[in-house]
Amino acid sequence: MNFWSDPINSVYESWLLAFTGWGLDATLSQVIIYILGILILITFAMVIDILLVWVERKVVARFQGRLGPNRIGPFGLFQPIPDVIKLIIKEDTTPANADKFVYNLAPVLSLASVLFLWAVVPLAVNIFGVDLNIALLYMIATGAFGTLSIIMAGWSSNNKYALLGAYRQVASMISFEIPMVVSLLIPAIITGTLSMKTITEYQVNNFWFFLVSPLGALLFLIAAIAELGRSPFDLNEGESEIVSGYHIEYSGMKFGLFYAGEMLHAFTFGGLLAVLFFGGWHGPFSSEFPLLGVLYFVAKAMFGYWIIMWIKYTVPRIRIDHMLLFNWKFLTPLAFALLIVTALVHPLLKDQPQWIYILGMFLSNLLLGWVTIEILRGRSAKERAAVEPVAAVGHH
Amino acid sequence: MHNTWLYVGLFLIVGIIFPVIPLVLSALVAPRKPNPIKQSTYECGLETVGESQVQFKAQYYVFALVFLIFDVETVFLFPWAVSLNIQPYFVVVEGILFISILIAGLSYTWRKGMLEWA
Repeated sequence: MNFWSDPINSVYESWLLAFTGWGLDATLSQVIIYILGILILITFAMVIDILLVWVERKVVARFQGRLGPNRIGPFGLFQPIPDVIKLIIKEDTTPANADKFVYNLAPVLSLASVLFLWAVVPLAVNIFGVDLNIALLYMIATGAFGTLSIIMAGWSSNNKYALLGAYRQVASMISFEIPMVVSLLIPAIITGTLSMKTITEYQVNNFWFFLVSPLGALLFLIAAIAELGRSPFDLNEGESEIVSGYHIEYSGMKFGLFYAGEMLHAFTFGGLLAVLFFGGWHGPFSSEFPLLGVLYFVAKAMFGYWIIMWIKYTVPRIRIDHMLLFNWKFLTPLAFALLIVTALVHPLLKDQPQWIYILGMFLSNLLLGWVTIEILRGRSAKERAAVEPVAAVGHH
Repeated sequence: MHNTWLYVGLFLIVGIIFPVIPLVLSALVAPRKPNPIKQSTYECGLETVGESQVQFKAQYYVFALVFLIFDVETVFLFPWAVSLNIQPYFVVVEGILFISILIAGLSYTWRKGMLEWA
């Protein structure tokens, strides 16, 4: 076992040996090494987060035909550093009637809820925080902390706009959690486990799940965008109505934490999309060289993040009633239909040769997608005929 | 031997403490000159009228109720989904029956017009 084939465990073993050699208790040295490992993992996430600020600003600029940050460092790459310094030395104002404790706790919880996710995300074949056997449930549970932090921020700011933004955001987050949870069930059905490590390993040994469930991947992506509160679902910050929503009263580093949390959340969901449907760290030579696997994982997560950004800067925001109806009358029934189809087809085909299995699952997804589009087409034709009877006649 | 839940517990503690560090740093170096105008509620320059923690639209409550039903029931679906590989095909039918009850609840809400944003 050397560093290049198993970095985490080789370092763990040698340090444990060193610590116990110094006369420390075995459990205590384990705790110390765990904390050091956690700090490295969180620092890794935060370094990516700081880079994401640059990526986001540069990409927005390109979408809007501007140059973006280009003064500090090559391509403006060091721009986030003065950004962070500015946020830290900025005066932090608290509204007079705010609930101080809850007001200060909300941004911490917002970033922490995203950091918690990194405990279970497998970065490479043997580089991961922990292989939890209920990782998917853990992911949903930590997501609830994010929802809680938003309602805490909105309520404690003592501002009507903040409260309205928080209500809208929480309504959309809890609504879109249903299709997200149901789309999580699809990898669980195929692999028979909730552990993200095992799900990734199954994809490495067999096939990427977007081949057998393209509809599931799409549902997860849409639900993820809504969970993030990004356009077209960014009703929490309708600038023309409620300014910046639940974090309107936050300034300085507290706003910075919300901002950092949002960035990292989007990136992490890109990573989860990769883990659940696009093979996680899988790529050429990724099993032999784990550090290469980390690179593949970050690349895939960045690709998912880029898709989320692409949608954000292309699509205008929709109305809240349309958004909730879109979820409850379209996405949720579709998600359950997909779950039923997967549960029916998977046990029938799982003992067949692999290509039959992939083809069967893919075709069942395609069929469901086609039926959905036909139903939508029929409904919209009916609605159009009800609204514009004259126009409909005129066309015929 | 790795202790999974010890790691998760430590991760939750460190994950909470980590975001506090920049806040403490900011509290140490940032200027602090509060005044009543700076601390007033920001509502686009207008004076705040009445209570800020206003009552919310009842519609949100309905969505929250529907969510609660679905969320609890989807948690029950996790063990079903995980064990599908080792169970007989009959279990699939039972699961679908369970999902149908869920969907029946949704269609009842839909028929009653509770999903409309009135």
